[in-house]
Amino acid sequence: MADTKTLNGVSAAREHAVQQITTRTDSREILANARRDIERYHLDDYFIVDVDAHHVEFDSWADILDTLENPVLRYNAKEMTKHWPNAKNLAFSNHPVGLTFQDVFGRIPHQAELGEYVEKTDEHRDLTLVRRAMDSMGIKMQVVFPQPMLEMGLHPEPDIVVAMTFAYNRWFTRTILPREKRVKSLLCLPFHDPDACMKTIQEFGEIPGVVGFMITSQRHVGVHKNMYMRIYRELEERGLPLAFHAGPSWGDTMTTTMNRFVSVHSMSFVTCNMTHMTNWIINGLPERFPKLKVIWIESGLAWVPFMMQRLDHEYLMRQSDAPLLKRLPSEYIADMYFTSQPLEVTIPHMLEATFKAVRAETQLLYSSDWPHWDFDVPARIAGLPFLTEQAKRNILGETARKLFRL
Amino acid sequence: MPAATQKAYVCASDRVPEGGRLVVDIGDATIGIFRFEGNLYAYHNICAHQGGPVCQGTLIPRVTEKIDAGGESQGFDFDRSSLHIVCPWHGFEYDIKTGEHPGRRAARLIRVPVEENHDGIYVTL
Ligand code: FES
Repeated sequence: MADTKTLNGVSAAREHAVQQITTRTDSREILANARRDIERYHLDDYFIVDVDAHHVEFDSWADILDTLENPVLRYNAKEMTKHWPNAKNLAFSNHPVGLTFQDVFGRIPHQAELGEYVEKTDEHRDLTLVRRAMDSMGIKMQVVFPQPMLEMGLHPEPDIVVAMTFAYNRWFTRTILPREKRVKSLLCLPFHDPDACMKTIQEFGEIPGVVGFMITSQRHVGVHKNMYMRIYRELEERGLPLAFHAGPSWGDTMTTTMNRFVSVHSMSFVTCNMTHMTNWIINGLPERFPKLKVIWIESGLAWVPFMMQRLDHEYLMRQSDAPLLKRLPSEYIADMYFTSQPLEVTIPHMLEATFKAVRAETQLLYSSDWPHWDFDVPARIAGLPFLTEQAKRNILGETARKLFRL
Repeated sequence: MPAATQKAYVCASDRVPEGGRLVVDIGDATIGIFRFEGNLYAYHNICAHQGGPVCQGTLIPRVTEKIDAGGESQGFDFDRSSLHIVCPWHGFEYDIKTGEHPGRRAARLIRVPVEENHDGIYVTL
């Protein structure tokens, strides 16, 4: 054993520049270990598309409020930011206090804030952050979503929801999207108002980088109601996918019984998508809109085999409740698309069975959910022992390339 | 054939204070060295979960929940005899003494032999 106290007269160990990662740490340092995965799994050889990542629109909230079309709403929002001490980045949003528990009280700093230094240039700060994350993880393209805007489905004031959704979509498609071809988005639909949804599709549907539209899943409406059918028809005719993006709620009849954030997050990120999927299938929407591609985002995968078995079991006994179905619910589900994060991996044989059930090789889309506390790096997929090389390529990006015509 | 191990000088003893840490780069490796209750522990900066930079996380006592004789919860408390390092990527917590996740012992950090002499701290890689 050699003693390497010194190497050419210098101590062999160097103090690492960042001793503790905080909300001020550069995301390239936070994600330095993901860069090692790029070498280990040769991720540079893959076309990696991340179908769920986020930028922090609260950092640009004043600019988004400036984009509000209605002069009274714009005035009201701006006045709120002046008079309420903490409303600068919150006015008109529906940001619930429980969501600030996501960073486990400082333990997971990047969830709370990416407060790192970014040199002031003409480029929007969010674009710099998005590029830093993509490059650190070997990602070629990222579908970028907002964060608190995803909670608009439970906002108490529908007019504000519609106005804010247009304001955000306009700000995003003017400020972020045209500046970087690697950034794509599925824009939020103001689902409180079907007319406004149609207007949204018409205004934004042909903008380069808009690869489809999204319904934020936390909401108390049935997605099968007749008033929404023209939205689905319009998307089907345009060949644009419809996504459901899950979210948490600590305010429904189930989660109000819960005392810990881990309970709420485990359940409500899934039950919202379970609810919409049930209505979607039982009401025969896959038969009514057979060409409409549907994507379920950010509920992981473990719920899907449950839904397949449960709906099949009940449907066979109560066919008359779902007369439009010509196949088993599980067969419709197998034609849908799912994003991978947060991938539940603790029981490997169940994970493998789940991949088979969802036909992962053709239907699964890698997603990181960066910078959220439960994000997944691409190695999550690249390191799975039961996948073929082609399956890995498809999940990491080739399926997204086809689905979004990238 | 496995590469031969090497003993590397890291730093003077006072660079790793009681309850604190020092993260160092040695060749291609990044190592965290911790001191708790007078003893030194060293681990690779690679989390057992997704490979995150675990040694650069928060150091915090283990959280416990007090249960009284009747089985009723009396709330959270810190167990100051058990120090955790929390991986900043997703929050896996590891006991500094064992390098293990308290709820899944198979999830454990990669330990690095560490020793202290009169002139400072050494690790063996
Ligand atoms: S990589 Fe450490 S908690 Fe996930």
